Amino acid sequence: MSEDRIALQEDPLARARMMLQSAEWAARDLRRLGSEQVDRIVQAVAVAAHSAAGRYAEWAVRETSFGVVEHKRTKNEIASLGIAEHYANADFVSPRVDEERRIVEIPRPAGVVFALTPSTNPISTLYFKVVLTLMTRNAIVLSPHPAARECCVAAARELAQAAEAAGAPRDAVQVVEDPSIPLVEALMADIRTRVILATGGTGVVRAAHRSGNPAIGVGPGNAPVVVDATADAAAAARDLVDSKAFDNSLLCSSESVLIAEEPIAEKLTAALRQSGAHLCTPQERDQLRAFLFPDGHLNTAAVGKGAPWVAREAGLRVAARTRTLLAPIDLVVDEEPLASEKMCPVLGFNTQRDLGAAIRAARGVLRIAGAGHSAAIHTSDPHHAIAFAQAVDVLRVVVNAPNSTGVAGFDTHLAPTMTVGTGFAGRSSLGANLGPEHLVNWSRLAYTKDRSVPFPDYARLRPWERQPQSAGGDWPGRSDRGELSGDHGEVSAALREQIRRLVMEELRDLVEVG
Amino acid sequence: MSTTASTPPGALEQFGFESKDDFLAQSAAVWNPDKVRFWQEVGTDLVLGRREGYLLYDTSGKRLIDLHLNGGTYNLGHRNPELIEALEWAMRLVDIGNHHFPALARTALANALLATCTGNLTKVVYAAGGGEANDIAIKSARYATKRKKIVSIFRAFHGTTGLSVAATDQRFSERFLADRPEEFVNVPFNDVGAMEEALRGDDVAGVIIETIPATYGFPMPDPGYLAAVKRLCERRGAMFIADEVQTGLMRTGEMWAIHGYGVDPDILVTAKGIGGGIYPIACTLLSERTGAWLDEDGWGHVSSGGGSELGCVVALKVLEITQRPAVRAMVHAAGALFREGLKRIQCLNSDWLIGIRQNGLVVGLEFDHPRGAQLVMRRLYENGVWAIFSTLDPSVLQFKPGLLLDPPMCEDILDRLAVSVAASRRDVR
Repeated sequence: MSEDRIALQEDPLARARMMLQSAEWAARDLRRLGSEQVDRIVQAVAVAAHSAAGRYAEWAVRETSFGVVEHKRTKNEIASLGIAEHYANADFVSPRVDEERRIVEIPRPAGVVFALTPSTNPISTLYFKVVLTLMTRNAIVLSPHPAARECCVAAARELAQAAEAAGAPRDAVQVVEDPSIPLVEALMADIRTRVILATGGTGVVRAAHRSGNPAIGVGPGNAPVVVDATADAAAAARDLVDSKAFDNSLLCSSESVLIAEEPIAEKLTAALRQSGAHLCTPQERDQLRAFLFPDGHLNTAAVGKGAPWVAREAGLRVAARTRTLLAPIDLVVDEEPLASEKMCPVLGFNTQRDLGAAIRAARGVLRIAGAGHSAAIHTSDPHHAIAFAQAVDVLRVVVNAPNSTGVAGFDTHLAPTMTVGTGFAGRSSLGANLGPEHLVNWSRLAYTKDRSVPFPDYARLRPWERQPQSAGGDWPGRSDRGELSGDHGEVSAALREQIRRLVMEELRDLVEVG
Repeated sequence: MSTTASTPPGALEQFGFESKDDFLAQSAAVWNPDKVRFWQEVGTDLVLGRREGYLLYDTSGKRLIDLHLNGGTYNLGHRNPELIEALEWAMRLVDIGNHHFPALARTALANALLATCTGNLTKVVYAAGGGEANDIAIKSARYATKRKKIVSIFRAFHGTTGLSVAATDQRFSERFLADRPEEFVNVPFNDVGAMEEALRGDDVAGVIIETIPATYGFPMPDPGYLAAVKRLCERRGAMFIADEVQTGLMRTGEMWAIHGYGVDPDILVTAKGIGGGIYPIACTLLSERTGAWLDEDGWGHVSSGGGSELGCVVALKVLEITQRPAVRAMVHAAGALFREGLKRIQCLNSDWLIGIRQNGLVVGLEFDHPRGAQLVMRRLYENGVWAIFSTLDPSVLQFKPGLLLDPPMCEDILDRLAVSVAASRRDVR
């Protein structure tokens, strides 16, 4: 038998399409769940993910050679239980009733979510997307970046098991084990894919948008950070170095170019040194540039590596405790590779005579890349912050905090996320931090404005608890529905659950036909 | 924007040169020793490789934003894809043609050109380049008036061919004994009195004038100056020749700059940009009177390469693109953006950048040093911008942004200029 199977080579594309098909069935079942069941599944998955956070952090670093285990663990924890807790009081399952506007809204999950995860933040992005997806009663098919394939496949399977054990349908969470570009493109374009969550390089995001299916793909970051003359230099320096050191700058919101206003530059430089930054000489800067961008393109060997490693490889002698390398650049322009995304703890360092010039330089950084993403400012003057925010073409400006973790909502009140919407400027349909609300539509029941027509009490109505009264009498194959409806204490919990599902199914059919 | 696009390696080798140095040495030997030497001396060791849009690449891969545009030749960018497509299409059908016979493209282009002029221009004569086109203009003015004398302004540049070189600054004519002071008279720009004096003898065939003299650093005509010169021409029976080679084709936000000054010339000359940098062609637009010789003797001016049908097709496309309403709007918007940005840079360097001369995207930047623009040019070159000083006034930088620039590129240019102006100021102070 085994010989026969080898002879009949498997078609990976057909197999992957089958995953979407299976996910479609799972999505159908998920849509029938009530909020308590959804909460139970989300909680179970988040706890499982959280407790494995350290293990997968270690695995991801081992497999990809990117980043810092401890920081990846933090990200994984936030992307699992953190997200679940953040949205604990949000309800994407129950109908909403607006008596004033006489509108009832019924949540309508997307269905099958096809999610790409990057090599830089593999597990945290995977956790995040699985939790959001389940929270909104969607099924997910994950396609990990090949460089982080093994840890992602294992993590996805572990979460799938946790979900199933907590009552989710089989195949609510699936993973493509051997992703390839043609395969991913085919799945993105598949009719069963209801929405694509593309996190990764520009190529993959553009491909997602080209697919013809709704896609939430976001552009790259290249965050400028301005430290103006009114800033607390010591605090700014601490934030900057912490931010650059966090997971070795793998978050897309990691500061790319620091622009200091001249009057504070000296003080800031001293404070940065104090915090563990190494200020490169022009010669060291040239060495660093040559190492990081040997032919104008980022040397992937440096991605996610620590500052001492990068310094050593570039031929620089720096203190072992060095946490970030400051590369002075005179001009923020396209041909200066150090003004583009570096994905390691190297920070371009530019000085400008005044705030206006600093803002123009920040705009220059964003012309190179990162439009719509993020920027940061350290200042004690709100006028400066608002002027900066007005001038730079980004959708979030972090003030007096580390940009990397600030943008991701870890230490600001922005929605915690692993996917930062870059909006129109960043060629994305999403301008906010990706959250569960982006994976669900709402069907609206709308009554006439004429108040003489009564608006019934929907407040305590739950679609999965009540049956619609059918004018036609018996529903096909459901002749027993009358006995089972209402509050029958003697009906067993299991049977009751079964009834709920049947009713949900009917309701769904009704709504879908409508 | 990509950081690494550059000439494919081996461009030098493909032409049989071992290295850039080898190439430069051979260029100095067989092409133009003085030019090769000059650019080495001023630190601009540019050898053009690939080019695209408003970007130039040195054979070494160094990228430059082109603000020189060879006097508007590349108004629509280098290798504009629409122009390439037009030329490729033309090459499948025609060649340069036969000047003896009427040609579809030539007549179509004449119609298109004349439609851009509201005045009295009714004929088009074709040339291969701007010098020849100005020669035609001067010949036509002489024919119409039966007079020989031509008035141009000091430090003018109208070309280096037979007659146009005589109307050009002596720097270009004396060496070749091509100056003709008895027939070609110079007056200062913006001096109505001097012009009146020059025309007083009623012996002047024509006044040839660049609407904004480019090689002289784009001094702006005083309000009413050009209209006054036109009135003087009318009164004294001289023809007004508008040299629109650098100022035409929408650079000022008008198709022809001269119309913006309320003047209908008797002759209008266009070259450079009309060929889109893809196929050289030049055109002299004549009035009924100045073009009457075409009725008498169709072989009065013969040019086998003038009015090439390939060039005519490209020029038709240039006119079509240039006249799109969006282009005019963009020129006005970019002009305003540069006006604001240049003022800001001037505020920070007011003792160095002492003058901003601007009409739309025709801009001259005046520096407080006889060779100031050469210093700025060098700093700009270091910072990835190619702009050239004015040949006949090296204190003024010619700053000529293209018509189709996008806002980010304009801001980028201003950032580079700000740094370069400040650096050159430090060089001098």
